[in-house]
Amino acid sequence: MPVVHMASIVPISLTVGANRIVPTVAIPHPLGNPELAEDEERELRLSLVKKALRALQTEVEEQTVFEG
Amino acid sequence: MAEKKFRVVHYLNQFFAQIGGEEKANIPPLIREGAVGPGRVLQKILGEEGEVVATVVCGDGYFAENIEAAAERVVELASSYKPDVFVAGPAFNAGRYGVACGGSCSAVSEKLGIPVVTAMYEENPALDLYRKEVYIIPTADSARGMREAILKMATFVRKMGLGQEIGPPQEEGYFPRGLRVNQFVDRTGAERAVDMLLLKLKGEPFQTEYPMPTFERVPPSPAIRDLRSATIALVTSGGIVPSGNPDRIEAASASKFAEYSIAGVDDLTSDAYQTCHGGYDPVYANEDPDRVLPLDAARSLEKDGAIGKLYDLYYVTVGNATSVASAQKFGKAIAEKLKAADVDGVILTST
Repeated sequence: MPVVHMASIVPISLTVGANRIVPTVAIPHPLGNPELAEDEERELRLSLVKKALRALQTEVEEQTVFEG
Repeated sequence: MAEKKFRVVHYLNQFFAQIGGEEKANIPPLIREGAVGPGRVLQKILGEEGEVVATVVCGDGYFAENIEAAAERVVELASSYKPDVFVAGPAFNAGRYGVACGGSCSAVSEKLGIPVVTAMYEENPALDLYRKEVYIIPTADSARGMREAILKMATFVRKMGLGQEIGPPQEEGYFPRGLRVNQFVDRTGAERAVDMLLLKLKGEPFQTEYPMPTFERVPPSPAIRDLRSATIALVTSGGIVPSGNPDRIEAASASKFAEYSIAGVDDLTSDAYQTCHGGYDPVYANEDPDRVLPLDAARSLEKDGAIGKLYDLYYVTVGNATSVASAQKFGKAIAEKLKAADVDGVILTST
């Protein structure tokens, strides 16, 4: 069962051994940005979750950070 | 020199006490007057300063199968000889014997309040069970290392018997217990850090004052082949809980995780959910908990058919000064539940 770790501090995620990592926005709002308008923020969150799903569908041999 | 000898009780298994092998592994604790087997060497080294007044013997199988009762009996037997120090083993790489040595030391220390010490090989499974509460000295993996082990143990027993302080592990050579002890030093942290850095730059050995914990590595799981028929679960260490934090997950050093149903919920709203995490500014998460646990996005992807199903329960704990041991325990328990529910993949969010 693959797990994707969505985390703001990627070095910590790497240290604790996550294999699939999606970097997020900020510590107090990893999947949001209060500075954006509501629908823009939803769009941002949706795109991050889609990226996480892509990570779950990607074979990895070692710890992988899904940038971009 | 010493007017009164300090009193030592020694713990051995049936084998080293020369009672028998595996066929005697089921004998309950008994006590012998004076030193037995390896205890005789210990007595020789202690000389006139200390005396091995008695030896508690127990079968390895008996102890391992009745840890609490056996340890309690060992305490009773030992206490009748009024020991100043309790020493067990060495157990080398024998797992059950290691548990017996660690378990009896731990119980004696707790009940009788006297210093205790044992010794075993670094891979003995009992090491991690007892190293925090008991001084454990490293030994070889087999009885070939007996002489060296007894010498080291005798040094400890002597110090303890004479009421001397046991220093830090790198000086005394026992397995680090993971304790931090306050001490006064002449040089500030900045100076010490620069010294370390200079040694590091020169490629010379240096001793960190704050060793980092080691983390287990897990091989990556295979990818999900068909997301459209997959069940995806949400898990977070960001402390998103129903309002009022019904299971009272601690804001720091969490002792538990919780599971909550999100069946029929499309959006985490500020009136129904909140964060209980004490390690970040809660304003944004309380305003919109989806910012930490992205339920609204996951639900819309489920409705679009991009994922087969969003699992009906989500799991939450607080990752704030939470010990690695607790986190591993929570992780294992959550993984077992998700596996039993045939979940295919997990989105784990952290703050």
